Amino acid sequence: MKTQNVLIVIVLMAASGVLTANTVLEERLSTYAKNSGSSFSSQQGKDLWFKEFHDAETGKQRSCTSCHTKDATRGGKHAKTGKAIDPLAPSVNHERFTDAKKIEKWFKRNCKWVMGRECSDQEKGNFLSYLRSL
Amino acid sequence: MKVFLVLLFGLLSGSLAFADDDHERNEAKGFAVNDNVYLQECGSCHLAYPPQLLDKKSWQVIMQSLDKHFGDNAEMDKALATQISRFLEGNAASSGFSRRSHNSASGRITETSFFRHEHDELSPRHVAQNPEVKSLANCSACHRRAKVGSFRESEIRIPGFGRWDD
Ligand code: HEC
Ligand code: HEC
Ligand code: HEC
Repeated sequence: MKTQNVLIVIVLMAASGVLTANTVLEERLSTYAKNSGSSFSSQQGKDLWFKEFHDAETGKQRSCTSCHTKDATRGGKHAKTGKAIDPLAPSVNHERFTDAKKIEKWFKRNCKWVMGRECSDQEKGNFLSYLRSL
Repeated sequence: MKVFLVLLFGLLSGSLAFADDDHERNEAKGFAVNDNVYLQECGSCHLAYPPQLLDKKSWQVIMQSLDKHFGDNAEMDKALATQISRFLEGNAASSGFSRRSHNSASGRITETSFFRHEHDELSPRHVAQNPEVKSLANCSACHRRAKVGSFRESEIRIPGFGRWDD
């Protein structure tokens, strides 16, 4: 019994080691898919990524690229403070999309800042599919 | 009664002003931030500002309006915000210094009287018209070791102007 428990623990640990490669990203995608009942399009993600929204208060155009730039495989720069932002594409930055809470926190802030509303699960799935394809 | 209060206030602020100069020297040293949660949550869009540069009340103003944060949206879940508030209030400007680090109107450090006093020799060409600085809130553009909490005069380099000698 005891050895069996130890074995289970070892197997679980090994599995989680492999899984952290990027299970968080997979888990997010499958949760969005379940909630929205649809599959995702990296093209639609790309279109929304580049789409400009007018901000009435400042009179300026805003998009995801305002801070993350047009090339998400490169570093960005915060539009207001100028602080450097590491690349968002997981192919060049393995630390990206490894914490579900962090992903949701930034989707909430950034979608509201750019589009004036939160993103739907469909849109989040499209964004992540696009960023993963880079 | 009213007269008494005014007098009392005058006396108090007088004695505080007297102590200010020494205080500034002390307060301006050693602003290292060691709290990892604070560094991560409040250091992602700008320098994680030293908590000692604002008094308790002003930090409360900031923390209560994170969804409308100087033209940005910095909202976070309540538990996290509470944890950070505790850290900020626990390390806020000491009571002798709080009058000069108070700004509950906007919450900007850069508008407190201490900050204004320290930066009164700067002109727009150093800051607003300087593409590498843009804003006074961009501490590390000039204070090269701001990240480790050091704001010493000898470490100041203003982009395009160089070393600061006054
Ligand atoms: C005003 C600047 C700004 C804009 C505009 C912006 N972002 Fe971000 N975003 C950031 C910052 C800062 C971070 C945190 C960077 C870090 O962790 O290094 C971030 C992080 C993220 C993350 C989390 C990454 C992770 O590691 O989990 C996602 C997802 C994201 N942004 C998506 C978007 C999308 C989608 C848009 C457009 C709707 C957008 N962002 C627009 C500034 C911005
Ligand atoms: C989503 C990005 C973002 C996050 C996260 C963020 N801030 Fe800010 N913050 C800004 C912007 C943008 C400004 C305005 C900068 C300017 O005017 O140049 C600012 C300004 C400030 C200022 C005023 C600086 C001055 O002018 O004196 C304080 C104080 C401040 N932030 C504290 C915090 C604290 C505390 C947190 C964490 C709870 C936090 N910030 C998290 C974007 C952010
Ligand atoms: C445009 C460049 C610039 C920016 C941006 C800037 N400072 Fe300064 N800072 C200076 C100069 C110049 C002095 C004056 C040094 C002197 O003459 O003693 C100073 C002095 C100080 C001092 C007093 C240092 C001492 O030892 O007396 C502190 C503390 C300080 N700054 C903090 C900050 C903080 C915090 C920020 C960001 C919110 C900031 N500064 C942004 C240039 C700048």
